[in-house]
Amino acid sequence: MSEVFRIAIIGSGPAGLSAAAHAARLGLSHVLLEKTGHLSDTIYKYQKGKHVMATPSQLVLRAGGGLPFDAGKRETILGNWSEAAAALGVNVRHDAEVRAISGTGAPIAGSVQKIVTRKRDGSSETKELQRHAPPYRLQLADGAEILAETVILAIGTQGNPNLMACPGGDGRQVQYQLDDPQEYTDEHIFVIGGGDAGIENALGLAADAAQANIVSLVNRSAEFSTAKDANVKALLAARDAGRISILTGTTTRSIEPGWITLDTPDGEVRARCDRVIARMGSAPPRAFVEACGIEFTSNDRLAYPRLSPVFESTAPGIFVVGALAGYPLIKHCMNQGHDVVEFINGNRDLKPADEPILEAKFRGLAPAGRPDGLSVADWLEHLRGRVSILNGMSPLQMREFMLDSEVRAYRAGEIVFERNAPGSSLFGVVEGEVRVEVDPTNPAITVPLGAGTIFGEVGLISGRRRGATIRAGSDCILVEIARGAALKLMSAVPAAGREVTRITTTRSLQQIFKSGLTPDDLAAIIETAKVETIRAGQAIINEGEDGDDIFIIRSGSMVVEKSIGGKPVFLSYVPAGSYVGEMTVIDGGKRTATVRAAVKADVIRLEGARFRDLLAAKPDLLARLRADMATRTSLNSFIESKKDGFRGVVDMYTGVANFLVDQGLGEATDVLLIDEKLCVGCDNCEKACADSHDGLSRLDREAGRTYAHLHVPTSCRHCEHPHCMADCPPNAIHRGPTGEVYIDETCIGCGNCQRGCPYGVIRMDKLPPKKPWLLSWLLFGSGPGPGEPDKAWRYKHTPKGVEAPKKAIKCDMCAGQSGGPACVRACPTGAAIRVSPEQFLSVALLDRGAG
Amino acid sequence: MARAATARAIRPAVRDTAHDGFLTHRNSRWLKIALGLMLFAVLVYALTDAEPRANGGSVAGYLLGTIGALLIVWLSSLGLRKRIVTRGPYSLKGWTSAHVWLGLSLIVVGTLHSGFQFGWNIHTLAWALMMVVILSGLYGIIVYARLPAQLSANRQETTQPQMLEAIRALDRQIDTAAQPLAAAETALVRLSLEKTSIGGNLWQRLSGNYAGDGNGRALAAIQAEVDGQRRAGRPDPALTQILFLLERKAAALAQARRHIGLRARLELWLYLHVPATFALLAALTAHVVSVFLYW
Ligand SMILES: Cc1cc2nc3c(=O)[nH]c(=O)nc-3n(C[C@H](O)[C@H](O)[C@H](O)COP(=O)(O)OP(=O)(O)OC[C@H]3O[C@@H](n4cnc5c(N)ncnc54)[C@H](O)[C@@H]3O)c2cc1C
Ligand code: HEM
Ligand code: SF4
Ligand code: SF4
Ligand code: SF4
Repeated sequence: MSEVFRIAIIGSGPAGLSAAAHAARLGLSHVLLEKTGHLSDTIYKYQKGKHVMATPSQLVLRAGGGLPFDAGKRETILGNWSEAAAALGVNVRHDAEVRAISGTGAPIAGSVQKIVTRKRDGSSETKELQRHAPPYRLQLADGAEILAETVILAIGTQGNPNLMACPGGDGRQVQYQLDDPQEYTDEHIFVIGGGDAGIENALGLAADAAQANIVSLVNRSAEFSTAKDANVKALLAARDAGRISILTGTTTRSIEPGWITLDTPDGEVRARCDRVIARMGSAPPRAFVEACGIEFTSNDRLAYPRLSPVFESTAPGIFVVGALAGYPLIKHCMNQGHDVVEFINGNRDLKPADEPILEAKFRGLAPAGRPDGLSVADWLEHLRGRVSILNGMSPLQMREFMLDSEVRAYRAGEIVFERNAPGSSLFGVVEGEVRVEVDPTNPAITVPLGAGTIFGEVGLISGRRRGATIRAGSDCILVEIARGAALKLMSAVPAAGREVTRITTTRSLQQIFKSGLTPDDLAAIIETAKVETIRAGQAIINEGEDGDDIFIIRSGSMVVEKSIGGKPVFLSYVPAGSYVGEMTVIDGGKRTATVRAAVKADVIRLEGARFRDLLAAKPDLLARLRADMATRTSLNSFIESKKDGFRGVVDMYTGVANFLVDQGLGEATDVLLIDEKLCVGCDNCEKACADSHDGLSRLDREAGRTYAHLHVPTSCRHCEHPHCMADCPPNAIHRGPTGEVYIDETCIGCGNCQRGCPYGVIRMDKLPPKKPWLLSWLLFGSGPGPGEPDKAWRYKHTPKGVEAPKKAIKCDMCAGQSGGPACVRACPTGAAIRVSPEQFLSVALLDRGAG
Repeated sequence: MARAATARAIRPAVRDTAHDGFLTHRNSRWLKIALGLMLFAVLVYALTDAEPRANGGSVAGYLLGTIGALLIVWLSSLGLRKRIVTRGPYSLKGWTSAHVWLGLSLIVVGTLHSGFQFGWNIHTLAWALMMVVILSGLYGIIVYARLPAQLSANRQETTQPQMLEAIRALDRQIDTAAQPLAAAETALVRLSLEKTSIGGNLWQRLSGNYAGDGNGRALAAIQAEVDGQRRAGRPDPALTQILFLLERKAAALAQARRHIGLRARLELWLYLHVPATFALLAALTAHVVSVFLYW
């Protein structure tokens, strides 16, 4: 342990490798520590032959040490990197997992790191850690130690798989990854873990009977609640076909060579076992990072380490780059690897590679009094200073934030967005003012919003359409923050999060109740307002109970039920942006119906007493509420009146409604339904979809659940808050102008959206070759005819040697086609309809039952 | 770049979200129009006094003939409309609705056009072909009304590929389970594996009668053998396992076959309807040409 390296780089992904290559090129003393036996484990684990994409294309590549990187096959890229690393003389140490980093110098005065750990029961514990000055001591898993003046942490966000804790869990037959299920034959294999990864592995191992593996899947709980429906179904089918055995409610007691011992609900079982594949999820790297003295911006799951403009963390001399720093694309990672070594080497003036992209965003804009415009850094500072919710951001955070945001100038009177336009971005007023047209019937009634404020937050939170038209009141400059960036912002700067919540609450009250309420009218109510998160199925109001709180549904949706003749009867569906619970405030008495969350929902609870004060002061509001209440009451009595003569109809109505809610309609905005009393199985819907979308169908008619002949096929529901959007490295998934969720051409084919969508509607595929013109098929029979061409035809007509990437393919609601959804238009019998849940879960459904 | 995000409230394309079938599309609009057309045809026929007697050559005859010919050409174009997916608004359901009701009105329009003058000639052939097309269409409507619910109920949320895969999976299991059996028994099992066609021929599809297929024969033979062993004492467990698998396969086959049969019945009539349409178009052309030539 004699040598003290100038730089120790941890992790050999694109970020770490680029840093190491650059250090090698500059001749700096360095070591690259990699946990696994190969370079760049995340990319190594991509599926074989994956086409890796080099986005964003406008970004110049500044790879450390001239490391090559271009879009291409995974194997080519990894091969090039290994060669280049060897040629540059990068000092790599494989199988060197770093377990701890600590300063060996003197304690740094006043530099104490607080680490909060949350426990399962909700309580938390705070530990304090005194930071020490560099050089740093890096402890490796094998007990070795390494000393370095500076550390570059580039470990990505994969984290570590949760380990088998039982005796023998560290044995040789236990593995945490399955690269190629075809590799194993004639083995007794136990897959531990009933999530998607475990199920997919088990299915893969059992897929080919010729491999003759005996596969068992072990799940700790009785249900497979975290896995996708489609996977669970396939698993159960495989069990029924005798290909896999499933052990639920079971844990592993011990593992020894050739054998495994399990604790099953029926007692202990010892079984032959050659291989254990443990897929029990992974722990994010946060705990390890924090223990190094690196602070995160907040306790939020989405938070990243707090960094200086040169990527230095709160531990002096430890730098963080790559996906762990919040930049998930390979190009960004490589650029940062290069830049951080430049910074460490003293080149502190280096401009980041994304400078030209940011410059382009500010081109042609000039703040008041500065007709020549500003530099990028000054612009960022200007925005940060002006817009209150950005105040707490660091310059580096501002840069990252700006990559996902836009700045625009508007002339006085210009429309920023219109009522009912879809949109989930947040706007900040940098200069000038905008006017909110609060009354749809009279655009002259407006509320001004001045510099520093934000708007658009309702769309951000609820994912529903814009509630009011906004125009520029004077010439103004606005910053538009994409939803993803806004969520990151709220987690990075907790004060911003609170501010957004406060403003949303006020504004959503104004929007829902209208009646000319001002923020002052609402101040008293807002003070006692509470935002609560409700689990799917949990009730916020129970029939027959006391209580007069009013609830505003911020996101998610609710179903209203009433017990009639001892059975719960479905009354109505309440989407986000509405309120419930007004009846007892107005008329007193007990709750007349139960309100449950259809999906996980956020509600604002308003105290009944305060609300009554407000009603007393605002007769308009009272009148409005009474009118709403009358409609709701009449629906209730309509359904109650039906129940005597048409008990069956009401039961059917409730049954279908509950079925649809179970199918996730509570979070859908637009869903394809097929009435199987009408569907003749012609598949014209699928053919029309394929023919209007590059030859690939975005719906699977037969797949999906059915209840009372109402079928929910596998096709996108355009969720309120799309799960598919949550983790898209290039941010390629958006909500379009008619509310559709679509994927643009920057998709890198990583499959995250496919894994994220709980409804299994995204497929990964290559575009098929173009078909000959339809008429030549009709007349001469050339080409495959209407619909998706079959595999053989595709294979035969694909030009050889040209590599086409597999990309994510999903329904775009036929946006841009003036006829609307092609699947619906092309159904000859009227079986297929695309509707919003509130359209369908209404009295129309009752009529269906009756008809 | 991505599609430019717009802040305008673009109205989503107008779409038909009404939940009704094609027969009653838009309050049975096409039924009403077809009834009107038939009434019109009857009135024209009754009120015009053709000399010496009503036929295609009179003014009324020309009128009805033109309407009828145009209708036939338009009705035939459904095949194109169904397959050419354009981007603009149209509703195939609306087209089908109009197709069915206007097609039925042809019975009145076309027959009155003929003035009931039938004979062994090209003209009557055209009329007859028209009636074949119409009657097959009528049958199609009956099928469309009755079978979808059965198709849906039989599927029980499985797709056709899943049904076929389930049978293949059972085959693999049967194959494995048959390993310990004696040669004679294995030969029986092979019947199930090798002599069972899932869909069968057209007649089997339509009738649903698959008596004597490989799996059925294997099942019956093994069943008899197991029954025999039962009477004698304990049956061979390997054989009872096979029996159990064959029974499951029989159930899976029955479901898949019902599915295939229903789909065949939903489709098959079109194999009369469409070729007869082509024949009708040819006969219609001949009819029109001959009328003008031999005027
Ligand atoms: C399936 C998939 C497809 C993708 N496709 C693309 C694409 O086409 N284009 C694109 O631009 N991006 C793509 N991405 C994203 C991209 O791969 C990652 O964001 C990128 O690899 C992150 O790089 P990194 O250097 O920050 O970390 P990683 O690449 O995750 O590398 C981290 C390295 O650190 C090592 N390590 C971790 N902990 C320790 C430790 N304690 N000690 C020592 N070593 C450690 C790991 O073994 C690993 O080798 C894809 C992601 C996935 C999952
Ligand atoms: C002379 C009169 C008619 C002609 C020329 C005609 C012609 C056609 C043609 C060409 C098709 C397209 C088939 C395909 O491409 O798949 C069709 C479909 C159909 N026709 Fe007719 N038809 C006639 C009358 C009728 C009548 C009277 C009925 C009903 C009572 C009817 C019911 C149907 C139905 C239900 C379809 C299938 C629609 C679909 O599933 O897409 N037709 N017809
Ligand atoms: S792809 Fe899945 S998660 Fe995304 S919007 Fe559609 S249904 Fe929702
Ligand atoms: S709406 Fe359009 S894209 Fe979506 S499934 Fe239907 S045809 Fe396909
Ligand atoms: S087009 Fe209509 S009838 Fe045909 S398969 Fe699709 S839903 Fe069924």
